[in-house]
Amino acid sequence: MTTSLLSPGTPEKSLPDSWRGEIESRLAAGETIESWLEIDLDSRLQFARGLVVATTRRLLAHAPGAGTWESWDYRPGLALDHRDHAGVGTLELVDAQGRLASWRYTLGHNVTALKLLRAFEEQLASALSGQPVPLPEEMLCPKCKAPLEPGVEECPICTRETQVPPSTWTLFRLWRFAKPYKGQLLAGFLLTLASTAATLVPPYLTMPLMDNVLIPFQNGKPIDVGLVTLYLSGLLGAALLAWGLGWARTYILALVSERIGRDLRTTTYEHLLQLSLEYFGGKRTGDLMTRIGSETDRINVFLSLHLLDFATDVLMIALTAVILFSIHPWLAVVTLLPLPVIAWMIHIVRDRLRTGFEKVDRIWAEVTNVLADTIPGIRVVKAFAQEKREAARFREANLHNLALNDRINKTWSLFSPTVTLLTEIGLLVVWGFGIWQISKGEITVGVLTAFLAYISRFYTRLDSMSRIVSVTQKAAAGAKRIFDILDHVSSVPEPTNPVHLKAVRGEIELKGVGFRYGTRAVTRDVDLLIHPGEMIGLVGHSGSGKSTLVNLICRFYDVSEGAVFIDGVDVRSVPVAEFRSNIGLVLQEPFLFFGTIADNIAYGKPDATREEIIAAARAAHAHEFILRLPHGYDSLVGERGQGLSGGERQRISIARALLINPKILILDEATSSVDTETEKEIQKALDNLVRGRTTIAIAHRLSTLRKAHRLVAMDRGQVVEVGSHDELMAKEGHYYRLYQAQARNVDTELELTSLPTPVKEHAA
Amino acid sequence: MSATPQLSRSPFGHLVLATADGPREVVPVRAFPIAEPERGISLVDGDGHERAWIDCLADLPAPHRQLVEEELASREFVPEIRALKEISSFATPSTWQVDTDRGPFALVLKGEEDIRRLSQTMLMIADSNGIQFLIRDLSRLDRGSRKLLDRFL
Repeated sequence: MTTSLLSPGTPEKSLPDSWRGEIESRLAAGETIESWLEIDLDSRLQFARGLVVATTRRLLAHAPGAGTWESWDYRPGLALDHRDHAGVGTLELVDAQGRLASWRYTLGHNVTALKLLRAFEEQLASALSGQPVPLPEEMLCPKCKAPLEPGVEECPICTRETQVPPSTWTLFRLWRFAKPYKGQLLAGFLLTLASTAATLVPPYLTMPLMDNVLIPFQNGKPIDVGLVTLYLSGLLGAALLAWGLGWARTYILALVSERIGRDLRTTTYEHLLQLSLEYFGGKRTGDLMTRIGSETDRINVFLSLHLLDFATDVLMIALTAVILFSIHPWLAVVTLLPLPVIAWMIHIVRDRLRTGFEKVDRIWAEVTNVLADTIPGIRVVKAFAQEKREAARFREANLHNLALNDRINKTWSLFSPTVTLLTEIGLLVVWGFGIWQISKGEITVGVLTAFLAYISRFYTRLDSMSRIVSVTQKAAAGAKRIFDILDHVSSVPEPTNPVHLKAVRGEIELKGVGFRYGTRAVTRDVDLLIHPGEMIGLVGHSGSGKSTLVNLICRFYDVSEGAVFIDGVDVRSVPVAEFRSNIGLVLQEPFLFFGTIADNIAYGKPDATREEIIAAARAAHAHEFILRLPHGYDSLVGERGQGLSGGERQRISIARALLINPKILILDEATSSVDTETEKEIQKALDNLVRGRTTIAIAHRLSTLRKAHRLVAMDRGQVVEVGSHDELMAKEGHYYRLYQAQARNVDTELELTSLPTPVKEHAA
Repeated sequence: MSATPQLSRSPFGHLVLATADGPREVVPVRAFPIAEPERGISLVDGDGHERAWIDCLADLPAPHRQLVEEELASREFVPEIRALKEISSFATPSTWQVDTDRGPFALVLKGEEDIRRLSQTMLMIADSNGIQFLIRDLSRLDRGSRKLLDRFL
């Protein structure tokens, strides 16, 4: 049995040392470990560690809490059952008489558990038959059954879920968006430098103005008009220069930041559109709208205004410090004394404010969510007269927002005045120290005046700089939420090595397909081969997994287990957009976008000619009613297609699907929301659509499926029956019961008699 | 369905209900697992059909009640978080070291939206594997845990 050493059940990681010693002493000579599963729950579902091991001869287990090992030698009748419920997986060892043991684990270990199961089954079969475990032809990923490269143990498709948190230095990540504007940013920075320097000239000029003009005048010397003119024109020139440079800098940087904002918004939205339906299912519309709308704007304002101001402030402070030190080092030291105190305060307040602003953002999204919930559902709100309750919900969300803001403002409002107070104290110190120095003859009055002029600017700058704390935190919180979207990898990823489909024949194959939504296994082990041009009818109770299957075929979701193939190619290796362009979808609730009817029909093929649009509308039996509208094909239809009946909207969506001429067609309850009369009309349209295409139709009314080549009956996520109507009726199984239930329904009886097999023949 | 259901356990470990058409394997399901776990328990068969309804667990005779409780205990898995000890980062995905009523565990939070507020003080947290963790009363968590959690709310 040496071959079995190479079996896919070989553990991918070596056994933890804590177990290794214990288990190796128990193995008989020649017995090897084939697979193992570390379990993390006991029978009462308390977290506890245990181990289940499949060896070449038996199954060994150390149940959590139990001090001993149990062992079951491979023998006929032994079987391992696997199932999961609410995030807990269960393995049960049974034989014909009953349950021998059961083990529980959290679903994070599911892949390992399935490996163990496989290894157990292979080893059991081999032990019973005496045949060695067959070498697998190729390594398959235990989760998705995709072939693995030799030597690669983790499937690249399945391990895409990264668990690495994004860096907290989120704002720096905005550089990615600033990069294209490097040149302008550099120009802006140089201009900032120059204009800041220009604004520092006037206080410097006060020094000679005082010492060379005013003080000598007080001491009886006449005013030197030439010197005064020189200094004053210097002041004017500096002011004009600062104005010009300031204008150029603000203009350039504002332009750049608007562009960065635009890029950020569009990139985020484009990324959002690439994400799978799974993402949208878990998010609320209002929240996403706030993120893309107002938060990009906030980042934008931050970049164009606050960051700019901040840069100016820092420069100003640095330059001022340099000038002050060059004039008089000791006075400079005294002047700069409050700086560390203020820096420390900023640091203290920053943390509080950051968390606060993050919360405000979330609450704000909550407020928007209430709106996004209520406005589309306004009919329900009004019908049940719950306006007051909705108003109260909104008020409560606002109140929460208010309370949070109040709390932050408490910290915030204390902050600014404190900075001002420190500023005043700083000025006082400089005055005192300056007067003392003048009295000792160390400095001139001019120097003190210049210092006072500088530091009043200096401290106002410091004050405005302290404001950067809050806006930076707000922007950082916004940026984090934006990058949350940008960092989200689509669970329907684009393939790294895309396979391009040439001419699609329309063959679809599902192999061992399973899908899990949260902890709920929605479909399990679905195997189905659909031939090109075949029409398949999916039937079953609601919740039996029909729509999920269709979503998997469309690749709105990716399978949790197994794979879907189109023309023999795994759909995961085909570029998503290329794959979907081969699929026409008609949904139960047709969605019409705001725009003309022609636009709506041409949605999947925007460059369609008018003739094509009309041909599609004709084939969809929509042409005539469209002509009856006041503006024909140019009639505007609203957000949800107001003004058109359900049947009319449905026919427009059929025309939409017809126009892209897809090889694969999916009808998801396309006729369920309309009356039987309209259904006939739609049915005629659908008959045109189905011709020559691989069609998968879901229908509640079995009459809709009378043209289907094969019917697939589903129940609780599994395919229970496949066959033609007659075959399935003869079987008297699941489909038969569904059919009988509908036959009893008076409403549909008329329809059903038109089916190939008369109802009465099989009716009980 | 008001009569006391006749329950037993099969050698396969399943709960079996005696019905008019013979014994059937059933599983107990709580109707309000969070709001009112002790009342309203449905016995559902393998096809997902309700076979019996128990208004109140306390009304069952002791041996039957024990059977149902055992079965529930081995099926229901909503660990209650008692304390948050450590959080790997405030940005998601984030790994939380938590103490639950079922022992310590490291859960991975995929996004803030996986924390759902059931009421003013009750939270439901879904981890990356879809396990639901409950925080029954926010105000009864210790200060440190509340502070950590607060960053996500």
